[in-house]
Amino acid sequence: MSNADPDNDILLEVRDLVTAFDTDAGRVTAVDGVSFKVRRGRTLGIVGESGCGKSVTALSIVRLLPRPMGRIVSGQVLFDGEDLTSAPVERMHQIRGGRIGFIFQEPMTALNPVHRIGRQLSETFLLHNPGMTPKEALERSIDILARVGIPSPEVRVSEYPHQLSGGMRQRVVIAIALANRPSLVIADEPTTALDLTIQAQILELMRDLQKDFGMSIIIITHDLGVIAEMCQDVVVMYAGRVAETGSVHDIFENPTHPYTRGLLASIPRLETPRKTRLSTIEGMVPGLLELPPGCRFQNRCPHRTERCEKEVPGLETVGTGHFAACHHWRDLGEQPPAAPADTP
Amino acid sequence: MIASPNGSSPTARSSASASTPSTVDAPLLEIRGLKVHFPVKGGIFLRAKASCRAVDGIDLTIHPGETLGLVGESGCGKSTTGKAIVRLVEPTDGEILFQGRNLAEIPRRQLKPVRREIQMIFQDPAESLNSRHTVANILEEPFIIHGIGDAEFRRKKALELLERVGLTAAAADRFPFEFSGGQRQRIGIARAIALEPRLIICDEPVSALDVSIQSQVLNLLLDLQREMGLSYLFIAHDLAVVKHISDRVAVMYLGNIVEIAGADEIYRDPRHPYTRALLSAIPEPDPRRKRKRIVLSGDVPSPINPPPGCPFHTRCPHVQEQCRIQKPALRTTTEGHEVACHFDL
Repeated sequence: MSNADPDNDILLEVRDLVTAFDTDAGRVTAVDGVSFKVRRGRTLGIVGESGCGKSVTALSIVRLLPRPMGRIVSGQVLFDGEDLTSAPVERMHQIRGGRIGFIFQEPMTALNPVHRIGRQLSETFLLHNPGMTPKEALERSIDILARVGIPSPEVRVSEYPHQLSGGMRQRVVIAIALANRPSLVIADEPTTALDLTIQAQILELMRDLQKDFGMSIIIITHDLGVIAEMCQDVVVMYAGRVAETGSVHDIFENPTHPYTRGLLASIPRLETPRKTRLSTIEGMVPGLLELPPGCRFQNRCPHRTERCEKEVPGLETVGTGHFAACHHWRDLGEQPPAAPADTP
Repeated sequence: MIASPNGSSPTARSSASASTPSTVDAPLLEIRGLKVHFPVKGGIFLRAKASCRAVDGIDLTIHPGETLGLVGESGCGKSTTGKAIVRLVEPTDGEILFQGRNLAEIPRRQLKPVRREIQMIFQDPAESLNSRHTVANILEEPFIIHGIGDAEFRRKKALELLERVGLTAAAADRFPFEFSGGQRQRIGIARAIALEPRLIICDEPVSALDVSIQSQVLNLLLDLQREMGLSYLFIAHDLAVVKHISDRVAVMYLGNIVEIAGADEIYRDPRHPYTRALLSAIPEPDPRRKRKRIVLSGDVPSPINPPPGCPFHTRCPHVQEQCRIQKPALRTTTEGHEVACHFDL
């Protein structure tokens, strides 16, 4: 992949990642040859529907795959030049919660319900800062809680997660992720469990913190609205592969892969005329155990040809930094962004 | 595949004009002063210590062929409202008038005929379909409960319903777990329309579905409404989805309706500060659009101990002294647009 940016602008590069799970029904390749780059100080969004492999990609980066079923089969995860797929376990302990922070979807399950907030935060500081006293760690915890907008943090540190609202809990999870000033934060559906007005608070907080701390963010979401709002770069995944990748403007204004186009056209928007039929992507995602040869989107694609049934499409260059995995992208023509089908 | 049954077209009620619900019609459903309070038990004897005011006095009307969208954040009482209409929770106070009868008062035994007329579609079809029954069993059950037809008739109906919602006859003898989320929701919809109801309470029917499947299900709901003259109470938190499917939209906050207006109107000209904040919080799938966002501070207060005065005053950017004391009633600002705020903002 040619990229206009010089190499030292890249914080993380995932190269041909293949992650598989051994299940009773056989081996399932959840991520099949995924590559992308995360720039320093920027936000990359990974978008796709359930089962497309976006969360498994994130877990593979920090090697948190469920064991013993899940494993990285091949590929590299280069974090500041260091390949995390082959790093020793102790090194991963240093990196997780140190240089890479993780924000999970469910703030209730991400926090330990039987430990006070202060203890959970202090632990992060103590693990990564040998020589720090518990008292110092608690002070640092109070500081970071204040930074993520928790009112009266000196009181909150001695409370348990269940005493906080969903939005407050997610702030605590963000505080833990940011405790050691990571250079990369991976946020897996950070606002999916939250209400709209709370989601707005959390997204604003993340943008704000990025301005201050300068970290890169990977946001994994199914919500194209969140992508449009937060990200500079986007990876669209479908059934374990990258369907399209590019800048946020490439993806929203010049969507090229039929899946990306279908996805953008099928969401109702505020300006869509009411009660009209929405355009749809017919059918559904194939199961990972019954994937067809060739293009994985073929059974739902209006532009399918024989070639799509036989040959796996590679990522082809559409424009600078914009790639799509479709044999026929050149022939699809212009598509007005997200024009809804208008049959009354 | 089954041959298209001749009886698949809807009966008499399709004449109800679904596309242009007129407010001149007598309402199909009218809710007046509905309250649902749950006792909060505590202490060693588990006596009711306080009450959770899930729904705290709301008025709503739904006309024949109309979709009323009900939006709000978790805990605002929107689902409880839906459940109270079909008496899945007991109303504490108020009237639920359906075809001239007050559903809040009639004995449970007499509810059965009403349930033919009002059906429900739930958020999670995995949980609302009995996993031990085949799809045909699930779809035949409404007919059995209401003593309609013999086994052959019911089977025929089940197959018709499957085709109606876009599934094949092959689905009939399979179990719910064999289907994807979108297909299961289609089965849930088939069950809801089995008895040709007048009103369907849709409680977050597409929230659990993937984007590409969501639009398929929304199209199905729109088609069925047009064909059968159905009315929907469409409960959801996704404002773009609600706007798309609704004729009118009501916004709930902490057990109260704070604003109600035509679907286009409320999005074009929201008047309640909560509606404005909610609309501005929608992340729009368009990176070019940079809107001014109203970010509310704080969380929704608990319905167990709601604040006095206006329920929204703790988070309202325009709060005045009056708001802390006096609860604003819904008042009409322009025709068909009601807002519960003391001020014209």
